[in-house]
Amino acid sequence: MYLRSDDRRPQIRNGLALRIAVVGGLALALFAMLFFRLWDLQVLSGPKYLAEANNNRTREFRVIAPRGYILDRNGKVLVDNRTSLALQVNPQKLPSLPSRRQAELARLGALAHMSPRQVRRTMHEQLKVAAGAPVTLRRDVGYDLVYYLQENQDRFPGVQAQRVFVRHYPGGSLAAHVLGSVGEVSEEQLKEARYRNLQPGDQVGQGGVEHTYDRFLRGQPGLTRIQVNALGQPTPGGQLVSKPPVPGNSLKLSIDSSVQAAGEQALAARGLPGAFVTMDVSNGQILGLGSFPTFDPSEFTKPLTQAQVNSIYHNPLSPLTNRATEGLYPTGSTFKLITAMAALSSGVITPETTIVDGGSLTIGGQTFKNSGGASYGTLSLVPALQVSSDVFFYTLGLRMWNTGALQHWAHMLGIGRPTGIDLPEQAVGLLPSRQWRDRLYRRGETERPWSAGDNVQLATGQGDLQTNPLQMAIAYATVANGGTVVTPHVGMEVDDAAGRVLKEFEPPPRRHVHVDPTYRAAILKGLHEAAQTPGGTSYAVFGGFPVPVAGKTGTAQRPPNPDQSWYIVLAPYPNPRIVTAVTIEQGGFGVESAAPAALKILEAYFNKHTTGTAGPNGGSPG
Amino acid sequence: MYATRARQARPEPFVARPAIAERLGLAYMDWTLALSAVALAAFSVFTLDQATLHDVPGSPHYYVDRQVLYGAVGIVGMLLLTRVDYSRFRELRVGIYTFLCASIALIFVFGFAARGSRRAFELPFFSFQPSELGKLLLILALAGFVIDGARRGSDRQRTVRYLCLGLAPAALVFLQPDLGTSLVFGAATLAVMYFGGVRWTHFAVIGGALVALVTLVLVVAPAVGTPVLKGYQAQRLTSFLHPSQDPRNAGYQQHQALIAIGSGEKTGRGDRATQTRLDFVPERSTDFIFAVIGERYGFLGAAFVLSLYALLIWRALRIVTLSKNSYGTLVAGGIAVSLLFQVFVNVGMNLGIMPITGIPLPLMSYGGSSVLATFLAIGVLQSIHMQARLSQKGRFAW
Repeated sequence: MYLRSDDRRPQIRNGLALRIAVVGGLALALFAMLFFRLWDLQVLSGPKYLAEANNNRTREFRVIAPRGYILDRNGKVLVDNRTSLALQVNPQKLPSLPSRRQAELARLGALAHMSPRQVRRTMHEQLKVAAGAPVTLRRDVGYDLVYYLQENQDRFPGVQAQRVFVRHYPGGSLAAHVLGSVGEVSEEQLKEARYRNLQPGDQVGQGGVEHTYDRFLRGQPGLTRIQVNALGQPTPGGQLVSKPPVPGNSLKLSIDSSVQAAGEQALAARGLPGAFVTMDVSNGQILGLGSFPTFDPSEFTKPLTQAQVNSIYHNPLSPLTNRATEGLYPTGSTFKLITAMAALSSGVITPETTIVDGGSLTIGGQTFKNSGGASYGTLSLVPALQVSSDVFFYTLGLRMWNTGALQHWAHMLGIGRPTGIDLPEQAVGLLPSRQWRDRLYRRGETERPWSAGDNVQLATGQGDLQTNPLQMAIAYATVANGGTVVTPHVGMEVDDAAGRVLKEFEPPPRRHVHVDPTYRAAILKGLHEAAQTPGGTSYAVFGGFPVPVAGKTGTAQRPPNPDQSWYIVLAPYPNPRIVTAVTIEQGGFGVESAAPAALKILEAYFNKHTTGTAGPNGGSPG
Repeated sequence: MYATRARQARPEPFVARPAIAERLGLAYMDWTLALSAVALAAFSVFTLDQATLHDVPGSPHYYVDRQVLYGAVGIVGMLLLTRVDYSRFRELRVGIYTFLCASIALIFVFGFAARGSRRAFELPFFSFQPSELGKLLLILALAGFVIDGARRGSDRQRTVRYLCLGLAPAALVFLQPDLGTSLVFGAATLAVMYFGGVRWTHFAVIGGALVALVTLVLVVAPAVGTPVLKGYQAQRLTSFLHPSQDPRNAGYQQHQALIAIGSGEKTGRGDRATQTRLDFVPERSTDFIFAVIGERYGFLGAAFVLSLYALLIWRALRIVTLSKNSYGTLVAGGIAVSLLFQVFVNVGMNLGIMPITGIPLPLMSYGGSSVLATFLAIGVLQSIHMQARLSQKGRFAW
């Protein structure tokens, strides 16, 4: 029944053998393919795929290191950190549906005061750099916002608050220009060698010592490498590497907070743009350095409001400019120390040489008068400095007009040259010289070549001279310390977290100049008498100060602006430890604005207050 | 009457053989075939044990326990079928064929939908997927039709008839939609026809038609705006040709499987395997279990598994040559080719040289229907082997 005759094997056997052989051959070929492919993948290309697998499963997260503290010379904290909350979005945990995702980001943006476009741009920029990592939408958000988000977590999946370190300034704007601020590293900076290992979004110093000593302050970010699954979620026990962050080291500055505060308060009290610097004459340590108007560095820890942007960047008084190191001013009579030094050293005069001050000096039809129309009669150097006789120094300028001695000495003392300070220093100033003016004249950029009048102007710190308080302080310090041109610096030492000193900064002097002790003594005596003997130019201010000092007023003419007030003082006399230079734009006579500010600084430094009153003869202004 | 044949054969001549094996009907089994199948199932359990420990929270042995149960039931089924004379199925061909088509059709009514595709009946302990068993049923029925119709009609008519008989259930499965299984149905149909003596020229025509069909479905139909395949199906089918083009979407699974297998290198990563442990490779207990083997046990393990399959298919093809009658030849040939097809397509998919079609790896992939159906198919092979041995010994039942 079911066994038909055709169902016997021999009948289809001929063809069947071939057909089975074909299938057998096919099976052999297919298995050979699989084996060779397997060999290719696992043995020949295995290492490549293994690397790909490992890359697949690991994610790296950087843990930001807190920046080091910045302390003043006595260990008082100028900058530390506070923890703040950063609003972060984890892109992995956002709703996958594009419309819901957009809706959540829009709600979140509204809470964080960001437009949907800003949110999108921020996310796009950060994800471009670190795909899959949490995106920081906004730093330093308030606790109320974070609490709100936590209470409504179901409406904001993927939103988290991350604790981050933010710079904190216990002294407010104290020493703002010295400290500088901290901000995200820019694209241009990332190309520089000093920022080699950084990533976009990292915080670096953007000015002041935060910038100069960034590599000590920055610390090393920690690294956590975790194993994730296909969804990018960390897997249990999958922490592969954990390198804790290394906090930055502390930077101790040579700044003395009390000196710094006194200087800033004095400038602020006057309310005019100005600057001051107080420096140790022996080693260049800056005890105080400030500029007015100033700024609050903590404003840079948050996104700036438009009002803040206007008041900082679009302010005609440019509060970010450090006038102590970047200002460009003529100095008025404070330059006379340099003129005296040049005249003495080049043999134009001796300390005893007398010159008759008849109230004016006429050169080539141009008459140069004493300030205020005074005339002091026959003077030698010391009384000429005491009363700040312009005619005396005009005469010195005239005698050196074509010798170059004044320019040589001014140059040697550091006028119009980089000082080497450890702060951003852009302007080096201008020391007018025959070569300079003649070159301009040849190019047709000025109407006349170098003349005696130019040197007469320079001898009293007027005319084309452009310098700043720091350069002048260095020149005074050089004379005061007997010829060492110090390198000014605010960074003193780097300490680790336990307070151990890791590194001390003692930059070597820039150069030495020969200062004859006799000349030094004569000049300091002149300045001392100017400050503290009746008839001296600043006796009205320093007459009652208990510490003997040597100080020089200056009144720089800056037409069409009102005169600029200067005062530079060395203390204590006769072996000064510090120099203080103060300048106040539009401050009038030196004794009116700058000298009282300098007095406040010295009072703070010596912790002594002026007793008694200045003598009746306030001395002539100069 | 056929069922008693083995028992009738039992008591009489071969006293030398162990009585117990004789009684169980195991004396004339192809032991190499049986052991290679059991070894594969055991390796599957071993792999699942290590690879799916954390897949179901709270029950680390979820997959293992079930796979062991399916394997045990399958082995019992294989042993039972060994003792059944397969020729009975030829008689039952119409019933088998009807049951096959009905069970697949009923899926559309009562089926349990998983991932957008209705493939299984949800039973109390088990979701039964008729199309898995259908592979074997189709071979048994179609082989019967081929033998039965060997003298009826012209060659061409016969070829068309067989094709229609085979492609009807394949079309039903395709509509579930289950592209992979319908392809297996197609391969089994062609295999039975092939061993049934359909002319080479007809195969050439069928081959040409297939090429035209594939071109039509993948190239022409989407171009004129009436796609036959669902988007993901077409993408899967073509993405293996350009796997790196979009590693996030269609080519992603395959790319991850490639990384998994490649990273296994020579000796495997063992518990340090990450690709298949951390969800980078999807469907690691089913379609991509070969990637798990490749990553965990390396070339050694993967080549061992492939060798077992080669052994299995060699033994199956050998049984084709041994069969005492043409029905056995056709059935064994159909089973051998469908196993070869499934193994090659699945492993090829894991190795990135075949498209993703959702065909499980016989005996390795987790799943009761597939394991059971494969063991039953091997049981049928054993039956053919045994009947052949018995007839060689002069023990004809009739």
